[in-house]
Amino acid sequence: MSAAAVAMRVEDGRIVFSGPLEVKSIAAVWQKAMTAARRQPGEALNVDISECPHVDTAGATLLLAMERLHESEVNLTGADPKAAALIEQMRHIIPPELTHKQEVAAQREAEAAQQGPDMLTLLQTRIAFFGETMVALIALPAKLRFLRGSDFAHIADNAGMQAVPLVLMLGFLIGMILAFQSAIPMRQFGADLYVANLVAISLFRELGPLLVSVILAGRTGSAFAAELGTMKVNEEVAALTTMGIDPETMLVLPRIAAAVAVMPGLVILMDVSGLIGMGVVLMILGFPPSAIIAQINSTAGPADFILGLVKGLVFAAAVAMIGCRAGLTAGNGPRAVGEAATSAVVGGIVATVLLDGLFAVMTYRLGL
Amino acid sequence: MAETGLAAAAHNDGVPGSVPGEIVIRVDDVTQEFGSRTIFRNVSVDIHAGEVFVVLGGSGCGKSTLLKQMIGLLPPTQGRISVYGHDVVEDTDAVRSKIGVMFQSGALFGSMNLLENIMLALAVFTDLPLAARTEIARGKLAMVGLADAALRLPAEISGGMAKRAAIARALVLDPPILFLDEPSAGLDPITSAGLDKLILDLRDTLGATFVVVTHELQSILAISDRCIMLDRDAQGMIALGKPKELRAHSTEPVVRAFFNRETL
Repeated sequence: MSAAAVAMRVEDGRIVFSGPLEVKSIAAVWQKAMTAARRQPGEALNVDISECPHVDTAGATLLLAMERLHESEVNLTGADPKAAALIEQMRHIIPPELTHKQEVAAQREAEAAQQGPDMLTLLQTRIAFFGETMVALIALPAKLRFLRGSDFAHIADNAGMQAVPLVLMLGFLIGMILAFQSAIPMRQFGADLYVANLVAISLFRELGPLLVSVILAGRTGSAFAAELGTMKVNEEVAALTTMGIDPETMLVLPRIAAAVAVMPGLVILMDVSGLIGMGVVLMILGFPPSAIIAQINSTAGPADFILGLVKGLVFAAAVAMIGCRAGLTAGNGPRAVGEAATSAVVGGIVATVLLDGLFAVMTYRLGL
Repeated sequence: MAETGLAAAAHNDGVPGSVPGEIVIRVDDVTQEFGSRTIFRNVSVDIHAGEVFVVLGGSGCGKSTLLKQMIGLLPPTQGRISVYGHDVVEDTDAVRSKIGVMFQSGALFGSMNLLENIMLALAVFTDLPLAARTEIARGKLAMVGLADAALRLPAEISGGMAKRAAIARALVLDPPILFLDEPSAGLDPITSAGLDKLILDLRDTLGATFVVVTHELQSILAISDRCIMLDRDAQGMIALGKPKELRAHSTEPVVRAFFNRETL
């Protein structure tokens, strides 16, 4: 946007502005004006604006900033009645500049207000949420009327059916990559057929549930957090609470149930597509399908497969619960929704890995 | 003594060629339809420099729709709207340099404090140094009585303060026309009256033209020079004039009911 130019000159001891003193023009003279106001301490500062056809609030602010910087008498001449009235009104409105000490105190106060809760409070919030969800689960039989079947179906569709293409694609690619990367070193020992054993065990026991859980955290956990966070910001959660409907029962339990319900299907699809990807690589390397299937059957049994499914169920419950917690404990404003979604994804992945470690220790101790 | 109102606006509103009573917004035979649903049809009105013009009517009559059309966010189905002669649909940039808008919710940016909200336009549209931008933004906040809340986030202030801050943001480039969507909605009577006074003070101080969408009767009577009334059943304009005259003399049942708080 172009603006008419304003200029400043010193003439007969006066600072003379010419041109409109407006928000879009005063940038050209601001620094010069401040410097000029600073250079004449103790003397009267004479400012002439008779050549200014228009003064807006930004122009008035410039003149008042000069006045404040000069710290002694300022004689303003040449203002038309409207400009004079505007400057006078602004003089009464604008508060005196804060001292450095006041500025620092105000900044600290603002920063303190913007700071989130401390670690202890965050931990308490998480434990309390887990406890409230467990209580809601126990009390569920008495509150079945709070649940809406259509909500559950919608959530399950989003978390399950719509994730199927992604799970199939990732499973197939992971299976191919694992097989290819393993086959290269194992071929040196003539053991490349055992790639089938390696990939099958990895997928069934570890990678299947782990990868699906990461996908669930990224897609569904974040969606839960954003959805519930928005409801919290819009006071819909408060409305539910005041109606006597606890949000854990109506909002959290259906989401956890939906995530848990779709998890086994997704894990199976991940396992199968991974095996297909692995099979493609091994067939390219010259192994017949019958040999590959025999190798899988010789190593991976139903116990490995079921262990993967059980792990998946636990991961899904954790990811969904963390997503819901992030949403329901979100702060205010649109930024809070984004932070809740981030917290859900990070929390979901971290929880998945921690639980996976726990499973590793347990299965080792139990000899599974 | 300084001039105020129309005369002041005319010679000092920063828009070359403004004269007292000049038409700054022209709404010409405007119709708005959404699919098969007609919101209003054939609305025509001229808004003059320096006046506080109120768009009023019951819920769902199209007040905010007309406002969105005037600020170029919604092209009319039929008709034309111009601001200082510029078509709001075809010459959007020219129109937007002359208007400031306060949205119903305030629409402050949640990730910025109030000072940063106001400084944003200064940073984008001027070459002012940071100190100058801060000084001007603090001045605008002071004009709306929020000098002490400069560093607060929108989430930390009340609804009334958010609306004041939104007005300060709309004022930041000293536009000659300000559009305010429901400035008093949801506010207590004292805060609402304070906001009405602020609008009149700003009109007198800056000589700006205000277009205010509201259905708060007290506000309408307090601030409005002229008003247009839309009606959902009539699908258009049912009254145009000074609110006190409409209240006293209108024969239109809806207008009489609105101003006298009667049921139909």
